Amino acid sequence: MAKFKNHILVCAGTGCRASQCEEIVENLKLALEQNGLNKEVQVVRTGCFGFCEKGPVVKMVPDNTFYVQVTPDDANELVLEHLIKGRKVNRLLYVNPETKEVVSDSKHMGFYKKQIRIALRNCGFINPENIDEYIARDGYSALGKVLVEKTPEEAIKIIKDSGLRGRGGGGFPTGLKWELTLKSKSEQKYVVCNADEGDPGAFMDRSILEGDPHSVLEAMAICGYCIGADTGLVYIRAEYPLAIQRLKIAIEQAREYGLLGKDIFGTGFNFDVEIRYGAGAFVCGEETALIHSMEGLRGEPTVKPPFPSVRGYKEKPTNVNNVETFANIPPIILKGGEWFSSIGTEKSKGTKVFALAGKVNNVGLIEVPMGTTLREVIFDIGGGIKGGKKFKAVQTGGPSGGCLTERHLDIPIDYDNLIASGSMMGSGGMIVMDEDDCMVSMAKFYLEFTVEESCGKCAPCRIGNKRLHEMLEKITLGKALEGDLIKLRNLANVIKDTSLCGLGQTSPNPVLSTMDNFNDEYQAHVKDGKCPAGQCKALMHYIIDSHLCVGCTLCSRVCPVDAISGERKTPHAIDTSVCIKCGACMEKCKFGAISVQ
Amino acid sequence: MAKVKTLDDLRKMKDELKNKITLREKADDPESLVQIKVSMATCGIASGAKEIMNYFIEELDNQNIDAVVTQTGCMGYCYAEPTIEVTLPGEKPLVFGNVTTPKASEIIEKYIKGGELVDGIIPDSYNTF
Repeated sequence: MAKFKNHILVCAGTGCRASQCEEIVENLKLALEQNGLNKEVQVVRTGCFGFCEKGPVVKMVPDNTFYVQVTPDDANELVLEHLIKGRKVNRLLYVNPETKEVVSDSKHMGFYKKQIRIALRNCGFINPENIDEYIARDGYSALGKVLVEKTPEEAIKIIKDSGLRGRGGGGFPTGLKWELTLKSKSEQKYVVCNADEGDPGAFMDRSILEGDPHSVLEAMAICGYCIGADTGLVYIRAEYPLAIQRLKIAIEQAREYGLLGKDIFGTGFNFDVEIRYGAGAFVCGEETALIHSMEGLRGEPTVKPPFPSVRGYKEKPTNVNNVETFANIPPIILKGGEWFSSIGTEKSKGTKVFALAGKVNNVGLIEVPMGTTLREVIFDIGGGIKGGKKFKAVQTGGPSGGCLTERHLDIPIDYDNLIASGSMMGSGGMIVMDEDDCMVSMAKFYLEFTVEESCGKCAPCRIGNKRLHEMLEKITLGKALEGDLIKLRNLANVIKDTSLCGLGQTSPNPVLSTMDNFNDEYQAHVKDGKCPAGQCKALMHYIIDSHLCVGCTLCSRVCPVDAISGERKTPHAIDTSVCIKCGACMEKCKFGAISVQ
Repeated sequence: MAKVKTLDDLRKMKDELKNKITLREKADDPESLVQIKVSMATCGIASGAKEIMNYFIEELDNQNIDAVVTQTGCMGYCYAEPTIEVTLPGEKPLVFGNVTTPKASEIIEKYIKGGELVDGIIPDSYNTF
């Protein structure tokens, strides 16, 4: 086989695929062929690089040149210039927004500097559809090591020593969970991978399954051996077609190689994995609801205990772990519990993957050691707030979490610190908000989500959240009375205390944490009838300053509802009863005569 | 491909497959390896830079020397093509001119393996930014 002297890694995650990475790959291959380089240069589709903001990403190996926002038309130039002439294509390199310097190598980018990649170790490095590349990166060695050299108890001890805690949000110690399932006596047990990633704005698990599906399969098999299960089930939402496709390919390849199936590594251990599809209900991320859904029942949670480790899928002991938790297992087995526990904080070990989204410059997928501060994540890795605006808050933990503010920025991120600050780790969604975001509307958005996603089994969640949402609606419409804020808080606390499962117990969190941190904003809505962020339409009025208006008629021409009237060259006026507050006039006005009050 | 029946099978397979991605692994940490840049402008290509580049890639691989060989743009020494720049870990880069295959072999044997200077060095008279 001829040796490839260059590899071109093209990100083929969902985000970059949406930006035509497939065409980039095709055009690169075509250009290589035309220049007789197809035997010397290999084009590889990889999983997500994480730097989604600047996608599609193309990385040249071995010189590690990191091209961003590449289009299919650039492919030819990359081949002719970079590969043949050895000249970097400067216009496609990343420019540090602060120093305006060109950074050609990802290692020197602020976005990557503080990251440590364990769960994402192979994302953006290997071709997820090729088991050989996974094996070349020590893939399935951890499974081999455990099966051949360790007893289940010894393997569980490694996981316990590592201090790994569930990455799905709860933070339950993984080793302990495995041990409890091992201790349950039963002929048949199950390993379940929870890939029902439901938080708005979260895409960690999807990216891992798309970028490195074998790591999850390997870890599930390790778990099967440790707890005494021969069947693994991946519960994944049907909205993740690419992840499902890559997972299916991975399962097929692993079976072909004998790494799943009967008598793995000749040890007599049998393990196979099947896929179960979810319809994308948020509540099915809760393990009992997830199990019911897999059984073909309504996705409703039941009271714990009994825990799934005692009675789970088909009444048998079941171990449920999240995708990211599983992705951490093989490196822990290979490098040891101590290695893993040397990273992170006292009670939260290792790293955590976050999906950074919202008003931040570098939207993307990052993995940082536990104990990194929010400031480092948002400003160093995330590159600060878009458009130089002021940071206002960051929502962690999705609809179950809370928002953190300026004064929380220097708190080291770990499970316990986030809870102490009134939010939670959750699965790792991180949505950044700036001064233009109204916190009442933000809480309302999350409540809309929980109302929609509530399964309806228990009254506090079904009815309570609906009422909570109505009260928030009233506030944003400026129709709330002063006593409503007390009612709002009381109701939120009742829902929290009396709901059956985690969904209801945490759904008021966005309301409570915004009330705690942005009380003045709530007060402004209720008492003054004003939205300080200028987001609540019902509380805004567009007006034209008659001194500044020159009567150019531009605004009246763009107004979609003909709310603006006035003669040419005389000041215009807005009829507020007709105005739909779309803002089109303000955008068009060249004289700054239109403002919001 | 044969099924993996034992842990040794997997280890063997890993060793065979390793070279599929070593290029990427090396690229992650080039500073600790021997880096060779081959000037691949028109003059370089015309003088056989590509053959020299292939020679380095194959020879270093055969001798199991961890190195990263990349192409680079014109270095300006068109009179001395093919030119290459060799950076040993922790050392300053050195530029060699008129690199033929025997010269390349000499560079590997003497400079890369032993740190011994050989003829053909072009003293640097420029600053890089």
